[in-house]
Order: sequence, then C-alpha cells, then structure tokens
Amino acid sequence: MSAIEIKGLIKSFGTVEVLKGIDLTVEQGTMLALLGPNGAGKTTTVKILSTLLQPDGGTVTVSGFDVVKDSQKVRGVIGLTGQYAAVDELLTGRQNIVMLGQLYHLSPKDSASRAQELLEQFDLVDAADRAAKTYSGGMRRRLDLALSLVATPPILFLDEPTTGLDPRSRTNMWAVIEGLMKEGTTILLTTQYLEEADRLADQIAMIDDGKVIASGTADELKRKVGTERVEFTIAQESNFTEAVRLIEGEGKTSSDEARTISVSTDGSVRETKRVLDALYGAGIEIDTMSVHKPTLDDAFLRLTGHKATEEETTV
Amino acid sequence: MKYQPLKRSKLYWILHDSLVLIRRSFRHIFKHPDQLLGLAIQPIMFMLLFRYVFGGAINTGGTTYVNFLVAGILVQSVAFGSLTTSLSVATDLTRGIIDRFKSLPMFAGAVLVGHVAADLFRNVVSSIIMILVGLLVGFRPEASVTEWILIFGIILLFSFAMSWLAAIMGLLARTVEAVQWMGFFLIFPLTFASAAFVPTDSMPKYLRLFAENQPVTHVIEAMRALMVGTPVENHLWLAALWCGAIIIVAIPLAAYLFRTKISK
Repeated sequence: MSAIEIKGLIKSFGTVEVLKGIDLTVEQGTMLALLGPNGAGKTTTVKILSTLLQPDGGTVTVSGFDVVKDSQKVRGVIGLTGQYAAVDELLTGRQNIVMLGQLYHLSPKDSASRAQELLEQFDLVDAADRAAKTYSGGMRRRLDLALSLVATPPILFLDEPTTGLDPRSRTNMWAVIEGLMKEGTTILLTTQYLEEADRLADQIAMIDDGKVIASGTADELKRKVGTERVEFTIAQESNFTEAVRLIEGEGKTSSDEARTISVSTDGSVRETKRVLDALYGAGIEIDTMSVHKPTLDDAFLRLTGHKATEEETTV
Repeated sequence: MKYQPLKRSKLYWILHDSLVLIRRSFRHIFKHPDQLLGLAIQPIMFMLLFRYVFGGAINTGGTTYVNFLVAGILVQSVAFGSLTTSLSVATDLTRGIIDRFKSLPMFAGAVLVGHVAADLFRNVVSSIIMILVGLLVGFRPEASVTEWILIFGIILLFSFAMSWLAAIMGLLARTVEAVQWMGFFLIFPLTFASAAFVPTDSMPKYLRLFAENQPVTHVIEAMRALMVGTPVENHLWLAALWCGAIIIVAIPLAAYLFRTKISK
C-alpha cells in the first residue's frame, strides 16, 4: 500500500478551478516534492490531504484511509506544517508542544517528556519557557515543525517549510528534514524552490495551473529537457559564420553578438572532440568552451513556458 | 511506536480537549492582564460619566439614578466584553493555528469552547469589579443572597449567549479590524437603544417599541429588578427565553461555520 494516493483530484473555489485532476502516489518512507509557482494548487492539495478541505471529485487516501470518510483516522497518522508558522504566540514553546501532545491524546507524562525531547532535537531548550512571539522566524518554523511531530506521525506534510527563511535557517531546516527522512517518515513537501526539491526529494511532481505537468526523479525531469549542451565562444568574428556551418548537432543555437554557438551533446568526450576537431581543422580559434547540465529550472521553463518563480531563477 | 495515544470514550475526549483549550484561553487572559483591566476601565468610565455628568438630568422615578444605572452598565460591559471571543477566533483564523487544530485527531470545536469559557470568566470578574465600584459611588442594592445568585446566573447566561454570537462574527469576519466594526454595529444599538441608561418612556415611539422589546432590555430590567426591586414584570423569563433561543441557534451555526472555515 502506498502512503499517499491521489486519483483524479478536483477542487474549485466558486467558479475558479484550482485542481483540475491531480494524480499522485507517494510510497512509504519516501519524499515527494510538489514543485510549482504560487497559485499552482500546491497548498490546496496539502489542505485536502490534511482533511482541512473537502475534494470536489476524485479519491484521496492517506495510509489507506479515505480523507473524506475516515478523516479522523487520517488525522491520527499525519503531521502538518503549513506555510505560516502556526504556533500559539502567547504560549511558551514548551506549553505549545505539551498542549499538542494532549490534543493528540498522549498521557500528560508522555506529553511532557515528548516536549523535552523535541525542544532538544530542535535546539529550542534555551527558549523553551519564553513566549513564542519572542522567537525569531527560524525558531518559529522549528517550533512549528516540532509541533507537527509530537505524535511521531508516519506521514508528514510540509507546505513550503522554508519560504521566507534566511539561507542559514533554510540549511538548518533541510538538515532537520533529512533527519526525518532517515527515520523513515513519508513526506510530501511543497516548494517553489527548485534547489530544495532537487536536494531533498526522491520524486518530484511539477504542478502548474492545477495539473501535474511532469513527474519523476530530478534526473528524469532534467533529461526531459534534453541532454547536456556544449557552448563555444569563437575568437574571431570573421570566421563565426563558418563555425556555425561546421558545427553539426541537435538544437543548434547561435548568437552573433556574443559569438557563441550551443549544441546538444550526449555528454561524451568523443562527441565533444569531434566538434572541436572540425573547428580546429578549419583553423577556427575557440575562446572558451563550457558544458551545461540541464537544471530543474530548464525543465520547468521547457514544460510550462514560464519560470517556476520570479525571484528564484538559478539553481 | 514509543508514544501511543490513550484509548478513552468519545465523550471523554470532547471534555478533555475542551479543557485543554479552556486552559489555553485562560493562559491568554493572564498573558494580557492589561486586556482584563481594559475591560473593566471602560465601563467604570461610563459609570462615572452617567452617574455624575448625565445622571442628574435623567428622571428615573422612584429609584436613584445610580441604582438604576448599575444593571445597565453591567449588561453593556458583558455585551462588549464578549467581543473578545470574536477577536480571539479571528486571530486564530488569521494566524493559521485553526488549521493545525483541525488537522489533529481532536474535538476541533474545543477551540471555540475555550474562547467562550475565557469570556465567561472575564465577564464575571469585570462584573464584580463594577459592582464594587458602583457601591463606592452610591449604589445600594437590596438583593438577597438568592437574588445575587440569580443575578450572576443571568450574567453567565447572557455572556454565554453573546459569546457564541461573537464567535459567529469572528468566523465571518475576514480581519481582526472587521470584527471590531461588526461588534460595534451590533452591540452599540442593542445596548444604547435599551433601558440601560435611561427609562424608555422618553424615547420616540418606534425607538421605544424596539427598546422595550429587544433582548438586552429584558436582561437589564430583570437584573435591575433583582438588584434594586424595580417591577420585574415578564422580564426575567423573557430574558431567559431570549438567551436560551440565541444559544440554541448560535451554537450549531458557529459549529457549522467552524467546520467549513479554514485559515485565510
């Protein structure tokens, strides 16, 4: 049995179709990253999985339980960390965790010892008895994640867990998430950051405008964009046209102004040497040569016609 | 797994979860002692204003004005005080914590129960403060012990009804600011177009018709009768009936809205 199974999921808000038939499967103990821009339907999917919203159509099961018919059972096996750190700001970190333990129906003793464990694990011991409103952004996110782990749920939903965090806090958060994966937690993570999906996830589903437009491992998705590309800069303008004529290969593009020519290759040295030989044989001097591996960014751009995010364009 | 949930009956967990969230809301009160103080200060200012500035010009027949006034101020402050539930519910919604509670295997309605219970506590405390201030400025109640118990019973019942109405407003409003305006537009006419500060006889015909028959007036007149012996007429049971009716309608409505709402 897969940990999460989504088939033909449809959801509209009023006349706006937000999810237009999503199919996804997450195997136990793996991580799926839902990658897509704002408004693609990532958060709506998470809200349906965590029983906060009801689907309009399709079936969604979590750990074998239907999110509509067995919602209370689903709630018993999941942890949710939303986009906004959902902590009680007036309570202390410890009070927040103990309260969650009690609401997960752990015994008072277990709630207290679990709180201590989590405070240690998330490096919040010093701040444990301060009101959460005094916490920094990174601390709040850690507390928020700690809250979703109180009942050691086998399945975890992380909705943009690092959005808005500074680079250092983001790296810390990644380390924590990697730790959870080692422990065998099944994770569904949503992100706008290609880098995050590339680094953490076993499987990636690219989602745009309410549909899954591609899915697979990071490498599989990159391969969809094509193979590696080699780019040459020709030294002299005078023989640029000649060079363009000589170089053969798929998807050849060239730029007169920059004197660059770019072609797909299969990544082998032999292939590259063949091109170089052709150019040198004609006495054409090459300034620089560079090899580009396709990025998830390229994949997203190729598949959707627009970038995943406006601010995050490099991987 | 190391941490296993306990096995108890469904009813046990409803009560348990409510208690956990009542404790949460009570902790909020003590994190904001200024809020509690604020709730008492405004009615005290009103009390002094009406007692000393306007009171002399208002004819209340056989009763002294201050004896007339205390029941009105008390009910008004309870009505405004219950808006704290609206604010708390709206804040929970905007902060996303409602989503967290709703994703837990708990009785999610406990969130509302917690806020309403905290309101009851705050309203009783501010009522006691106001009665004491009233005594300082010449309030001379004639209520027996039984009548005082009834008075506090009415305060609790009225506060309970208003808090559930307030919870609905909190669920409907999109922002904390909107809650404040909604509360103002609902509570202001209900408390001022009533027998809270002046006898209704002096009002124009239609206003008087409204003022004499709306629930807040019945609550005020019932309390006034118990405190200082004005004629009770039908007010006591009409007050109870109104509060009961509000509760019967408001709780299921609030529960329905709560189920369908998620964080904005």
